[in-house]
Amino acid sequence: MENLAQLLEQGKQAVAQADTIRDLDEVRVQYLGKKGELTQLLKGLGKLSAEERPAAGAKINEAKEALQAELEERKALLEAQAMQKQLASERIDVTLPGRKTELGGMHPVTRTLERIEAFFGSIGYSVAEGPEVEDDYHNFEALNIPAHHPARAMHDTFYFDAHTLLRTHTSPVQVRTMEEKQPPIRIICPGRVYRCDYDQTHSPMFHQVEGLLVDKNVSFADLKGTLEEFLREFFEEDVKVRFRPSYFPFTEPSIEVDIDRGDGKWLEVLGCGMVHPKVFEYSGIDPEVYTGFAFGMGVERLAMLRYGVNDLRLFFENDLRFLGQFR
Amino acid sequence: MKFSEQWLREWVKPALSTQALADQLSLAGLEVDDVTGVAGHFEGVVVAEIISAEQHPDADKLQVCQVNDGTETFQVVCGAANARMGLKTAFARVGAKLPGDFKIKKAKLRGVESMGMLCAEDELGISDDHSGIMELSADAPLGVDLREFLNLNDSVIDVDLTPNRGDCLSIAGLAREVGVLNQVPVADVTIEAVPAVCDDTFSVTLDAAGACPRYVGRVIRNINPKATTPLWMQEKLRRSGIRSIDPVVDVTNYILLELGQPMHAFDLNKLSDAIVVRLAKQGETLVLLDETDVTLNDDTLLITDAKGPLAMAGIMGGDASGVTDETCDIFLESAFFNPLAIVGRARNYGLHTDSSHRFERGVDWQLQRQAIERATALLLDIVGGEPGPVTEAVSETDLPKVPVVTLRESRINSMLAMTMPEATVEDILTRLGMHLKRIEGQAWEVTVPSWRFDITLEVDLIEEIARVYGYDNLPVRTPIAQLPLPPIAENQVTLNRIRRHLMARDYQEAVTYSFIEVGLSKLFDPDTQPLALANPISAEMAVMRTSLWPGLIKAVSYNQNRQQARIRLFETGQRFVPQANGGLLQENTLAGVITGARDAEGWTSAKDKIDFFDIKGDVESLLSLGGCKEAFSFVASEHPALHPGQSARVVRGEDTIGYVGALHPELVKKLDLTGPVYLFELQQDAVTLGQLPRYTALSKYPEMRRDLSLIVDEQIDFDRIRRTVKNAAGEALKKVTLFDLYQGQGIEAGRKSLALGLTWQHPSRTLTDEEINSSVTAVMSALTNDCGASLRE
Repeated sequence: MENLAQLLEQGKQAVAQADTIRDLDEVRVQYLGKKGELTQLLKGLGKLSAEERPAAGAKINEAKEALQAELEERKALLEAQAMQKQLASERIDVTLPGRKTELGGMHPVTRTLERIEAFFGSIGYSVAEGPEVEDDYHNFEALNIPAHHPARAMHDTFYFDAHTLLRTHTSPVQVRTMEEKQPPIRIICPGRVYRCDYDQTHSPMFHQVEGLLVDKNVSFADLKGTLEEFLREFFEEDVKVRFRPSYFPFTEPSIEVDIDRGDGKWLEVLGCGMVHPKVFEYSGIDPEVYTGFAFGMGVERLAMLRYGVNDLRLFFENDLRFLGQFR
Repeated sequence: MKFSEQWLREWVKPALSTQALADQLSLAGLEVDDVTGVAGHFEGVVVAEIISAEQHPDADKLQVCQVNDGTETFQVVCGAANARMGLKTAFARVGAKLPGDFKIKKAKLRGVESMGMLCAEDELGISDDHSGIMELSADAPLGVDLREFLNLNDSVIDVDLTPNRGDCLSIAGLAREVGVLNQVPVADVTIEAVPAVCDDTFSVTLDAAGACPRYVGRVIRNINPKATTPLWMQEKLRRSGIRSIDPVVDVTNYILLELGQPMHAFDLNKLSDAIVVRLAKQGETLVLLDETDVTLNDDTLLITDAKGPLAMAGIMGGDASGVTDETCDIFLESAFFNPLAIVGRARNYGLHTDSSHRFERGVDWQLQRQAIERATALLLDIVGGEPGPVTEAVSETDLPKVPVVTLRESRINSMLAMTMPEATVEDILTRLGMHLKRIEGQAWEVTVPSWRFDITLEVDLIEEIARVYGYDNLPVRTPIAQLPLPPIAENQVTLNRIRRHLMARDYQEAVTYSFIEVGLSKLFDPDTQPLALANPISAEMAVMRTSLWPGLIKAVSYNQNRQQARIRLFETGQRFVPQANGGLLQENTLAGVITGARDAEGWTSAKDKIDFFDIKGDVESLLSLGGCKEAFSFVASEHPALHPGQSARVVRGEDTIGYVGALHPELVKKLDLTGPVYLFELQQDAVTLGQLPRYTALSKYPEMRRDLSLIVDEQIDFDRIRRTVKNAAGEALKKVTLFDLYQGQGIEAGRKSLALGLTWQHPSRTLTDEEINSSVTAVMSALTNDCGASLRE
């Protein structure tokens, strides 16, 4: 027993000198293991008298606990040091670019089309599509543009033969829809259209979205409301909107819509009007019962205004440096 | 149509500035394209006369002129060749300001003092003419400000009229419109009849009265062929974009502009017998005023005489019968041609004239007599002569009918969503020249004037009311509608989803033209004769694409030429495939192209180039979107545009729905591309049609797996091996995975090594080792027998 203090002191020194978890574990076994030196002292208690035993036992346990505490403290320290070392060795340059798949992108025309579809879709319009190679009847006749009508000159049509052509607008889809379905009708018709014209501001192919709403009691006021709201939401600006009388054979009244985005310049953005009674008659809808409005907008034109693109031809060159700007 | 603002203001006087007038016209549907001053900004330029012109002592091309402005004489050095004694011209005095803020100062030119400048038209912004200094008429008053003398404080307004507003193709028509918009009076157009002073007439027969129901004519004898058109008329014509030619032609053009009635003047002595207005005989010929020789179609209306065609009615006169500077006797024509008889005809001959432009849109059919009287009066003033009586050939039954349209208050109010006061309706329509009669049922009977060809229906009247009232003054509301739930087919993959999927796999969407060059089309699809445009814009855009590949490949080429090596594009759109039965398949198609490195360049990226399996992986992932990828298979197959050993048909059920493969190396070379390039093209509908998920019970029993390492002949394709395994392994086989493929060292040449993982699971019990072992045995024996496979040692 007289060497208890000495033994504890030795043990403490051994703990302090252990530099690794493993060394420390050896120290634990040496002093506190089943055959450890301090544990052995407990076994020697049997040689003492019953009176001496409790006090001596307590002292030994005290020493064991003291050493155990030292051990744990040392272990925590060593573990923390080891963790620090590991962490230091695992340090990386987090500014290096991540491992990734590049992200592709949507064409700005599609991006704009989707946006337009989303607006009108949310107020109950559904998307209708139709053929691009059209017949004269659906592209012109049924829209109240008979052969030789001066309005045909406004269209610069691509023909295949006397009766077959590339649609000059997506309005034939409206006709096809009305032929098949009685009102209420609420559709938008997005798609490619073609005009025989090519320069910086005209492309022989471009995209249009036409809209059509036919129901009872549809008025000019509904048309104004719908388009004013659309244009403000599309540009996310409080654009000034102006409705200007125009002429399309398939609408009466016909309107051209101009916007002013705050610079005092009026820009024409779309054409619209109340559906002409003859168009209803061609498609088998009674114009005394139903009224409606139609509108048509050039998607490239809206995309140019929205994204500041200044040359129409860029949309069809498919230059990755251009397309990549619309991620 | 271009017109002089001052000319309009002679007819109607709204209290509006030039710009306000232009804005008002635009907002009334007569869109103003442009407003330009008739001259540049200048001041201090007066009418002066050159009283002498002498050669400059030190300069060949200069003259020293003495110029008199009515009060003083100045010495001016001038370089214009036409500077000569007696010429009245535009003189900018010292202190004058010319366009561009150019101040005229005292100057010395080669040692000779010059006190001002003699001006050409371009120097004053009047025209582009720089051929010499201005030549003013001999009676021009000296010292008068040039702006005042030439009436240059005027603007040219260019209005782009829509085809329905033929009635506004004249000063009178525009004035009427401005009068309505401003509620101000318009000059009265009553025209005094000019009495005949001789009895001469020329006979006119209407042989096609439907096409020409009215033909008013008049003979004028003994005009002065040397007379010149007065300056005021020349100026009005010039400001309307019409060149002065000779007094007779100028007067007919003046009437066209003023009243909107196209007229024609014949040299009376070149006409034989009588005029017959008739349709052309197919193949007849006529030399037009512009000296072009045309062969006529039988749908063309002609003015003819005993010898044949004289003029293309309403379009252009003939050369032989036209007025020249020797013409003394004329025959004036003022006719009404039915728009349907004129429309499209000029275009068929590649012509477009001021006359055809108006007749196609409709000329007031009650204007002809007034126009000829007005023209006579002007002609007598300018060229003199003796007019005969006005003759009129008319077929009353063929004249247009005056439309009488019923207009209901209720319809106005429901169309415009407001109550339009009765008085407003009546005021607007009356000012527009309509006659209104109130009838029962809160309605009117509206008689439409003869100049409005665009009004036949109630809605046309409502448009007029709305237009004049002002679209911006009409109410605004949000439509109210029933909103039934739209159908959403859950088994459909939307195009938006497909686009986003491809974008997430690093594809950039492209939009290429639907029409391509025929040669390019043939390279990709040699067996199909593509649909060709009758009037293509260029050879590069001549036939409709039968595949999206040519367009995408052109985009690849465009980008490769701009130092882009890694290109991944897709496109959606229609392709146009002529069918054996003569029909045309317009098919929604989805196509893509990839080339270059597999990964974008980066420090973690592999440097490998893409191969077939990159694009096949993309296609497989697309085909998985609908939840039924098992429905699709890939079959080795050839395609004219693809590498024969690296191309597959994509099959769904029995149908080929597309192709995937490497662009044929021949094409890579021909198109000057950097290869390899891989492509896919799929029917959109086959990709978008998916199926609803269908739950099957989960097995509670463990999965068992065995791996097999096989050696087979390299010709044996994997699909065959997979099918053999599936057939032989029994129903409990859940999955076959190929997890390694190897050829090379250690494997006999011509053979390949495959490592397969087979997984079994039974829905209702645990499979025993014996069962799995016997399944493996069966699989191996089938593989040996059917595929010549052996286990790898």
